[in-house]
Amino acid sequence: MSLTNDYIKQRLVEKFGEALTSFEESFDVLTFTAPAALNLKVMQFLYDDEELQFRFLTDLTAVHYPHLPDAELAVVYHLYNFREKVRLRMKIFVPVAAPQVFTATKLFESANWMERETYDFFGVDFVGHPNLKRILNVDEMTYFPMRKEFPLEDQSRIDKDDEMFGR
Amino acid sequence: MNMEQQHIKLPQGAIEKQTNTLNLGPTHPATHGVFQNILEMDGERVVNTESTVGYIHRAFEKIAERRPYYQITPLTDRLNYCSAPINNMGWHLTVEKLLGIQTPKRVDYLRVIIMELARITDHLICNGVVGVDTGAFTGFLYLMKYRELVYEIYEEVCGSRLTTNIGRIGGFERNFTPAAFQKIEKFLAEYPKALKEFETLMTRNRIFVERTTGVGPISAERAMSYGFTGPNLRAAGVDYDVRVAHPYSSYEDFDFTIPVGTTGDCYDRFLVRNAEMWESLSIIRQAMDKLKDLPEEVYHAEVPAYYLPEKQDVYTKMEALIYHFKIIMGESDILPGELYNAVEGANGELGFYLISDGGRSPYRLHFRRPCFIYYQAYPELVKGAMLSDAIICLSSLNLIAGELDA
Amino acid sequence: MARPVQHNTKVKMVEMPKGYSGEGFFATSFDKVIGLARKNSIWPLPFATSCCGIEFMATAAAHYDLARFGAERMAFTPRQCDLLMVMGTIAKKMGPVLRQVYLQMAEPRWVIAVGACASSGGVFDTYSVLQGIDQIIPVDVYVPGCPPRPEAILDGFMKIQELVGQESLRRRHSEKYKELLNGYGIQ
Repeated sequence: MSLTNDYIKQRLVEKFGEALTSFEESFDVLTFTAPAALNLKVMQFLYDDEELQFRFLTDLTAVHYPHLPDAELAVVYHLYNFREKVRLRMKIFVPVAAPQVFTATKLFESANWMERETYDFFGVDFVGHPNLKRILNVDEMTYFPMRKEFPLEDQSRIDKDDEMFGR
Repeated sequence: MNMEQQHIKLPQGAIEKQTNTLNLGPTHPATHGVFQNILEMDGERVVNTESTVGYIHRAFEKIAERRPYYQITPLTDRLNYCSAPINNMGWHLTVEKLLGIQTPKRVDYLRVIIMELARITDHLICNGVVGVDTGAFTGFLYLMKYRELVYEIYEEVCGSRLTTNIGRIGGFERNFTPAAFQKIEKFLAEYPKALKEFETLMTRNRIFVERTTGVGPISAERAMSYGFTGPNLRAAGVDYDVRVAHPYSSYEDFDFTIPVGTTGDCYDRFLVRNAEMWESLSIIRQAMDKLKDLPEEVYHAEVPAYYLPEKQDVYTKMEALIYHFKIIMGESDILPGELYNAVEGANGELGFYLISDGGRSPYRLHFRRPCFIYYQAYPELVKGAMLSDAIICLSSLNLIAGELDA
Repeated sequence: MARPVQHNTKVKMVEMPKGYSGEGFFATSFDKVIGLARKNSIWPLPFATSCCGIEFMATAAAHYDLARFGAERMAFTPRQCDLLMVMGTIAKKMGPVLRQVYLQMAEPRWVIAVGACASSGGVFDTYSVLQGIDQIIPVDVYVPGCPPRPEAILDGFMKIQELVGQESLRRRHSEKYKELLNGYGIQ
């Protein structure tokens, strides 16, 4: 296996130095954190480099950590290298007050709807996205439902008895 | 599909041309599932499309944050409901990876049989429906009968036909009965004839071939950029299959090939799915042969901490009682961790991104749904095509509304 | 020599309605005859959204065959059908679409809610799912199940047939029916 996690880490640290933090290996997948301003540069580097070749965006989603001040929303990118069959996970932490992240749509066409979904659920504002509007929820929705403070059920129901259904 | 060649060239300003907007609305016989396409048409040719999804958004990811791990399985059923067992197994494999559970070979082989049966049923519907959209209803009607045979197998194993909730974390809920094996043998004996008949009807049928070749082609580079996986990507020429790239559930013990197409058009997708059905039949046959050498009583891993013990043990032994209590009340020791696990669903790479904080239910569960990701390519696939081609392209992509989470 | 012809002598006939018959004539009331004709020739509109839709496909296929009940033509247009079969989860985004489809149907029209999600929201008690289609349109028969077996869907269909056969011809013009529709905001 020519492309090991250590080698990827080494190349990333060589190129970006101290900016990339929290390198860890979780179930054989290298995970690292990048600052929000560098996400495109890191992905472009991983895409263009002949040895790294992370040219497939498997998944793009977000996680809400309400207990981390100033870094509540984590945007998580899963990248994949077809030749060496290696996965990579990159996390970007942004505060809920200013959730701006650069869009990856120029690099990967598949990021288009995945970013819309992330915006719909978490409110992450992807700067430069061609069409950032809600995709799965109704357009008139005013809040971002996947954030931890919002409940699962529809609060405006009057016909379900909370005592019996124990919500 | 060069629009310039097909149109009569009139002098500028001779006719004021406008494009027509056609709504292929959420409820339409040709959209197999609820999603909306607004097509901008120039006569019969599609200029552009815009898709709206979300008409069946059921908030799976939010529900999953509420439920303990074993209760999420029925939720995964309803993702790609044509091949529900694959979703179930994918989820169980993800949790087993998190908890570090190793399943015995027999469980793996039984899982492989169930997953390949599910894959056959999904491809069966997709190819049948592509036939229906070209006007060939016969093929679909003949194939649906074999879906009933598979339903009988599922019923024998888990009790349910469609949304199966099959298996548990660590194995299966009950052993496969001899009747189940008989039904699988019956399916293996009868289905190849039906599939051969279907292929004879469609594969070299002049009308079908002309309706589907050159419709909705996509190159391998564009497909990879759009995040295609599964039969659609293989039809475009990339031989990526999660079963081979990252084998799970002992797939490395099986001998099968990955069918790959060239142009990525509807005909290639049809052929790739047909070929995959034959491969799945061969895998099931191999699994049935391998099962003969394995002890028959094994149907789950020995992990009493996560797999419910036998009821008679719960009533008589102390440890079994404690484990039963802990599992049901959600006090099991779930290790905190973060992982992404993928299985080869019928539509492509079905991924589960699970973040566990050690609690009863996941902190975050995200489903990487293949349909949602490759549906974005639809405008590019049908640009310049005629309306009937746009319909065929839609059905050959095998969009399942539940998986669009739409 | 012509090929041997086989006449089907086992044709099942529908029961005659109650009436007065004599030499060459048969008298009964319009209600009964029209009810009989309507109930054995219902054209359904399959409004299939999710998993129940696949069970509907199985019901309509050769094994369980919905066509033998008269539902031969699945009209996908509301203007031409009698029975709206709502199968699957209806999300709040889909609600207005469902309502518009219902409004486009001509009287007499019936609605069958197939599956737990259409009847009451099913497993999905969430912010985005409509908790039962009877929040927006009147429903005649509910078929529980997740998904209901094809036999259950056929049972629901047979109950609709009973309703159709026994319905009075003036029902759709009655005050009670108008009140029912007004309750849903439908004029």
